[in-house]
Amino acid sequence: MTAAAPAKPSATAKYEAVIGLETHCQLGTETKIFSTSSAAFGAAPNTHVDPVTMGLPGVLPVLNEKVLEYAVKTGLALNCQIAPYSKFDRKQYFYPDLPKNYQISQFDLPIAEHGWLEIEIIKDGEPVRKRIGVTRLHMEEDAGKLVHAGSDSLSGSSYSLVDYNRAGVPLVEIVSEPDIRSGEEAAAYAEEIRRIIRYLGVGDGNMQEGSLRCDVNISVRPVGQKEFGTKVEIKNMNSFSAIAKAIDYEIERQIAAVEAGEPIYQETRLWEEGPGRTKSMRMKEGSSDYRYFPEPDLPPIEVSADQLNEWRAELPELPAAKRKRYEEVLGLSPYDTGVITDDRAVAEYFEAAIATGADTKLVVNWIMSDIAGYLNAEKLSITQIKLTPEALAEMVKLIEDGTISNKIGKDILPELLNNGGSPRKIVESKGLSQISDPAEIEAMIDAVLAANPDELAKFRAGKTKLKGFFVGQVMKQTGGRADPKLTNQLLSKKLAG
Amino acid sequence: MSAIRELHRQLTSKERSAVEIAQAQLDQAQAVEPKLKSFVSLTAEKALAQAQAVDAKIAAGEDIGQLAGIPIAIKDNLCTKGIRTTCSSKMLENFVPPYESTVTGRLDEAGAVFIGKTNLDEFAMGGSTENSAFQTTCNPWDITRVPGGSSGGSAAAVAGGQSPVSLGSDTGGSIRQPASFCGIVGMKPTYGLVSRFGLVAFASSLDQIGPFGRTVEDTAILLEAIAGHDPKDATSLKVKIPNYTQFLKKDTKQPLKGRTIGIIKETFGEGLDTQVGDAVNAAIEQLKSLGAAVKTISCSKFDYGVSAYYIIAPCEASANLARYDGVRYGLRVQESEAPNLLSMYNKTRAEGFGDEVKRRIMIGTYALSAGYYDAFYLKAQKVRTLIKQDFDNAFKEVDVLVSPTVPTTAFKAGEKDDPLSMYLLDLMTIPVNMAGLPGMSVPCGFDTDGMPIGLQLVSNVLREDLLFEVGHAYEQSTNWHQQQPKL
Repeated sequence: MTAAAPAKPSATAKYEAVIGLETHCQLGTETKIFSTSSAAFGAAPNTHVDPVTMGLPGVLPVLNEKVLEYAVKTGLALNCQIAPYSKFDRKQYFYPDLPKNYQISQFDLPIAEHGWLEIEIIKDGEPVRKRIGVTRLHMEEDAGKLVHAGSDSLSGSSYSLVDYNRAGVPLVEIVSEPDIRSGEEAAAYAEEIRRIIRYLGVGDGNMQEGSLRCDVNISVRPVGQKEFGTKVEIKNMNSFSAIAKAIDYEIERQIAAVEAGEPIYQETRLWEEGPGRTKSMRMKEGSSDYRYFPEPDLPPIEVSADQLNEWRAELPELPAAKRKRYEEVLGLSPYDTGVITDDRAVAEYFEAAIATGADTKLVVNWIMSDIAGYLNAEKLSITQIKLTPEALAEMVKLIEDGTISNKIGKDILPELLNNGGSPRKIVESKGLSQISDPAEIEAMIDAVLAANPDELAKFRAGKTKLKGFFVGQVMKQTGGRADPKLTNQLLSKKLAG
Repeated sequence: MSAIRELHRQLTSKERSAVEIAQAQLDQAQAVEPKLKSFVSLTAEKALAQAQAVDAKIAAGEDIGQLAGIPIAIKDNLCTKGIRTTCSSKMLENFVPPYESTVTGRLDEAGAVFIGKTNLDEFAMGGSTENSAFQTTCNPWDITRVPGGSSGGSAAAVAGGQSPVSLGSDTGGSIRQPASFCGIVGMKPTYGLVSRFGLVAFASSLDQIGPFGRTVEDTAILLEAIAGHDPKDATSLKVKIPNYTQFLKKDTKQPLKGRTIGIIKETFGEGLDTQVGDAVNAAIEQLKSLGAAVKTISCSKFDYGVSAYYIIAPCEASANLARYDGVRYGLRVQESEAPNLLSMYNKTRAEGFGDEVKRRIMIGTYALSAGYYDAFYLKAQKVRTLIKQDFDNAFKEVDVLVSPTVPTTAFKAGEKDDPLSMYLLDLMTIPVNMAGLPGMSVPCGFDTDGMPIGLQLVSNVLREDLLFEVGHAYEQSTNWHQQQPKL
């Protein structure tokens, strides 16, 4: 396809994009969906395989019950209706990464349908929420992986190798309604899916390792038009920002083509991260005929009301509900809320800390700045640090009640993070509690002023910036323990006097 | 007399050792093999090793089970670990499974002695073994005739004395029809009673493994050993397996008193060989004399069975056989012949599959294609439901249904060159698979050419007990099963 010149900004406003996502999430079960071989990522090629994975003659699939549980929980988290009766089907096509040359998937009776999720985008500091419909969620097996020799892509390679480790890894495919209108919304939708998957603990949603993959369907139409434009599929986005960029690029490309009177072809395009563009991969002429039919090797799937209730009861508070509660009940800013709720473990840490009555905003600040910095630097997750949420709360309370200064808090934090323990005990054993006795501080100030007559003279001559120098001296003398607020007040009085 | 019981007696009385029995059986099998060509592979090494293990147990004073030391022939579409499993196809000519089918695993565990892997129509598609890529097995009663199929090798091996018992698989009659042609007992259990794990799939919703023997009792003993839930087969039923031999009644006067036998009216119509019809009618009279009440039952959808079967089975087969693509195992054409993936697929499958297999793959692929699915596959499934309803209604009135197993006796090799005429031979056996019911063929006479005739018995789901009861009572009141071919 010819690459049209970018659309003029004036033209862009006349069009709207209609976008839907097909998201494949690997489920983090120990074994594969239909066999007992390991579903773990990253092993040497063709070591996580068995006769079922390899599609050897005479072997049979048996559903891993954990997959059903995870799929149903994901469906519930996406506000779907769970089918009390569903089934597997065979989706047939020949490809070397597909051991049986059919994929066991779900066709007309998926496990979950008619759901939605809510995305939240912060605009000018305010949360903008939008519901994106979820058409369906179904279970299926992943395919293996082709490694093309002598070239990065199929064309140009002299031969290809197949690794079947991934074949049979359980997937849920989540299909959205065409409710998405921008790259930003699409990325927010995909991030929210990942967040939900992680909250549920049913998968790791790792895009780099391919455990979360998004295909995008996108068309443009003049604002006000009801009919959809010609749909183009984009693949190969390996990050959320790539999803946003690819969509924004594609919207521009399609608008420019329409403006120039060029046709939009129904095709699959690949996102090229380097040059930042989409490139035609293959034309789609009509829909492929996968010759679906019910999988005779697997009995239909029935989910009883009791089972459903049991799984529903096991769902955690989900990200959207958490965000709403943090913003509306705890009074956190949308930004802070977003950061804290992004990871369920962080949110739980936060909640455990504030449960003891520590100041919410102070706890948030500590988590988002010093603790986050430490986690980043040490490549740790919050569950791995020695500082318990209760200890963090204790430290925050020591600061709140003036026992220690914020600075002392920062000083003792590394020890708490590395070794754990009680902040109060550390403060006591090291004699770090704050000096808040005005007389004591006053005496200290007098001594500092007396010891620095030159600086005092310069100050009095108008060099008022030297106040900081005197504060520093007092702090030095007290090992940082002097109450900074009180020190400032008293010092101002002395200097003025 | 049950061959299994007699051999078991010899072993436990130390009249013969397991190795002696195995060696004698192997010698016999080998001696007749040039005439019958029942086996794709004889597995002497495996057999002797298994027999030695049984002898060691006996020597150690351990109890041995009823199947320990009993020679058995296994249809070559059942995967045997470390032993070539070909499905009589060029595609799998050199395929050695790294796993054991559940059924052969259970038999191995029970101490059975594997004589060899028997010939079949390629991938179990056919009714004569003429579709084998390697050889056509001969009928022991007349070696110019076919043994039936697809389990023709297993049936001929038992009829020809190459093995006392054997295993087959039955998708549309592939156990019962060759049992009828070869004058032995063959039974197809309820769908799901026997695990299909390790049975190379033809049509997954219809395939079922079952036993062959010279007596009903032997098939009962063998079924008990192979039946039962298997976690590796999601379609296998979670049911308790009874001791089937308890249903073989000792009473020889009125053993069937209180039983009602239904004659399936539709199986006595056009196309039925008169000699077969006469023999089956005589068998029905015999059942009456054994105390059974007899009534005629109509299964009006019976006649649609063949048409619906030849949609459903090929549809499933077209998917099941897609895995034979040359990528991971089995035949793969030389790279020089196939420079790219598509040509490798095409040439491998063109070379690896025979005509009948290709025909069914093409029918199935066509019938599942967009726009045809509703007219063919979906319609056929509806017919299947109707056939099932017919049987459900029939079993409200009768305990066991009877019919000829096959409308004719065994035909001459090469005689039927029209696939459709071959398909029509399955008329009476197919509906039983479509409904997932158990069925059995027992010998009920011979035609004027000396070819055996079979009586089909069909019971309701999981009522194998009735088949054994009626089959045994009939068998014990006749001497058909005592006749042996002269080879």
